[in-house]
Amino acid sequence: MRWQFANDIKEYMNQGHLACPGCGGAYAMRLALKALGKNTIVVIPACCWSIIDGPFPLHCLEVPVYHTAFETAAVVASGIRAALDIKGKTDIEVLAFAGDGGTLDIGIQALSAACERNEKIIYACYDNEAYMNTGIQRSSATPYGAWTTTTPRENFKKERKKNISEIIAAHRIPYVATASIGFPDDLILKFKKAKEVKGTAFIHIFAPCPTGWRMAPELMIKISQLAVDCKIFPLYEVFDGVKYNINYQPKNIPVKEYLRLQGRFSHLTEKEIETIQKEVDDNWEILIKKTRI
Amino acid sequence: MKESLIYGKKKVVTGNHAVSYGVLLSKAEVIAAYPITPQTQIVELLSEFCASGLLKAKFIKVESEHSAMAACVGAAATGCRTFTATSAHGLALMHEMLHWAVGGRLPIVLANVNRAMGPGWSVWTDQNDSLSQRDVGFVQFYCESNQEVLDTTIQAFKIAETCLIPVMLVLDAFVLSHTSEPVDIPYQEDVDKFLPPYKPKYFLDVNDPRAFGGLTSPDHYYEIRYKIEEAHRKALKVSEEVDNEFYQIFGRKYGVVESYQCEDAKLILVTSGTITGTARQVIDEERSKGKRVGLLKIRLFRPSPISQIKEILTKAEKVAVIDRNISFGHSGIFCQEIKSILYNEIRRPMVFGFVIGLGGRDVVPDDIREIIDFTYKADYPEEMVYFRGVRL
Repeated sequence: MRWQFANDIKEYMNQGHLACPGCGGAYAMRLALKALGKNTIVVIPACCWSIIDGPFPLHCLEVPVYHTAFETAAVVASGIRAALDIKGKTDIEVLAFAGDGGTLDIGIQALSAACERNEKIIYACYDNEAYMNTGIQRSSATPYGAWTTTTPRENFKKERKKNISEIIAAHRIPYVATASIGFPDDLILKFKKAKEVKGTAFIHIFAPCPTGWRMAPELMIKISQLAVDCKIFPLYEVFDGVKYNINYQPKNIPVKEYLRLQGRFSHLTEKEIETIQKEVDDNWEILIKKTRI
Repeated sequence: MKESLIYGKKKVVTGNHAVSYGVLLSKAEVIAAYPITPQTQIVELLSEFCASGLLKAKFIKVESEHSAMAACVGAAATGCRTFTATSAHGLALMHEMLHWAVGGRLPIVLANVNRAMGPGWSVWTDQNDSLSQRDVGFVQFYCESNQEVLDTTIQAFKIAETCLIPVMLVLDAFVLSHTSEPVDIPYQEDVDKFLPPYKPKYFLDVNDPRAFGGLTSPDHYYEIRYKIEEAHRKALKVSEEVDNEFYQIFGRKYGVVESYQCEDAKLILVTSGTITGTARQVIDEERSKGKRVGLLKIRLFRPSPISQIKEILTKAEKVAVIDRNISFGHSGIFCQEIKSILYNEIRRPMVFGFVIGLGGRDVVPDDIREIIDFTYKADYPEEMVYFRGVRL
């Protein structure tokens, strides 16, 4: 059931792309385009996908791509939307596809403004929880406890991850969703919903980076399922910024199971893992409460 | 606003509104802008035009100038005629995306109202904002009057779209932006004849899915830059052609540079922007006293009209370049440009550089007279740059 749409044979992403083995971001794009189809223009700011798409004059997607500066995905998408609208091409979707740095950090200003204007665009953030394209530096999406090259050894990240979905939901745009590449059909359905929305849709995708997470590439899907099942990355939707809907009941697996597969967390003590478990449980309770509003 | 009240009339308008009318007549399709003094009136009037339906454009009210240029980049890449306006800090914030517009070969038109950079906060005119963007690859026009502002706006779209290179037109804060002058507003059908709709060969097309601006190796990047340089060389020629074509329809032309009383001049002043108007008057006075002085107005700064400048200036003995800007630790920027253009000439004039009027300090006829007198008397420019009237 879970792979019904994902196995659809029509592909818009070709072989020969430049992603690392086990790249969650590459798979996220492949799935997103299965949902959106041919009539899509993709905007890619500086991120791993600037490389994955392939060097000039090649590119691996069967839709047009505009590569742009780091902080401009949402606004370049807005410019494309305006141009399409004035030309009457309202049947074409604009997909901004950015990493966590380009979304939670440097791109948040333009993204917030696009949401405030309720632009008819889909903004997808493939979140691999650090600046992976520049070689694993911490971003505001890096979770508590993680090693990165700028949070080395005992200076592992001490701050919590910024909750981008809640920030974007607070703009009261029609559709916000979280998705994981470990749940491909759920992800595809969410992009299909996003397409139908009258205004901005934001999809926050859990997209592991085996290279940066110090993890075996073949664990890419498993880790993406574990993140959801241990409630670190719950799958839910927010309609109009207020109506919450949880899409999947997690199996309540301890976070330890998720953390121990990744070298970036290998230094954590039992006490620190307990801290993470408590925060994850608390966050889940908050989310449940929101669904009851 | 009724159409009959606008087109084909002589209206008394500010420099800012002259830009707005130029954009209206050019039928821009997407406008993105962020307010900044002294530019804001340009986009306020454009908002009115959009709201009344007179201009059928999408106006994106972005949250910063960086985003204004980024939105224009997206819209232009999708094949629309696009416009934005800014000033000083706004232009500085746009800097990264100015490169993107040039590298993406997007014919965006930008109006920049010359305003001094802070700190201290200044809203008054000088040229350091636009000249700091010299090397991004925008075509740059410096305007002297409100009529020239309107006409240059219309010409800018044609040059940009012919050469696939963005164009910045520049007008002085307050001296032009907020000063009203009588301006001929052309008929729409005449402008339509001059400037047909923008039909790009390359744009984001779902039926021909290409990637734009992707990773470019050293095997290709150099050639892409070479082509931008080629486009600039073409833009110099095209600017003259477009100006001539404009003259055929509207009866006005400006040239890429303007030579005023230079034929037998021993001393030639070089100016840009509104200082030109003041200098023109002083040249007339000095001529009536028998002094052989002339004036070279630089209208097109980039691409640099090298041969035109050489031809005019090599006949003189001395040149005095008046800069309302400064490259700290060196000299005025126009002065450096003029020197570099003349350097390899066997017969070349002595070049004196003067920096005046920074931060909007008034430049009056007496300043110009002093510069002429000083240059006349001096045997050699002892200093790289001369300041006038520093009050310490």
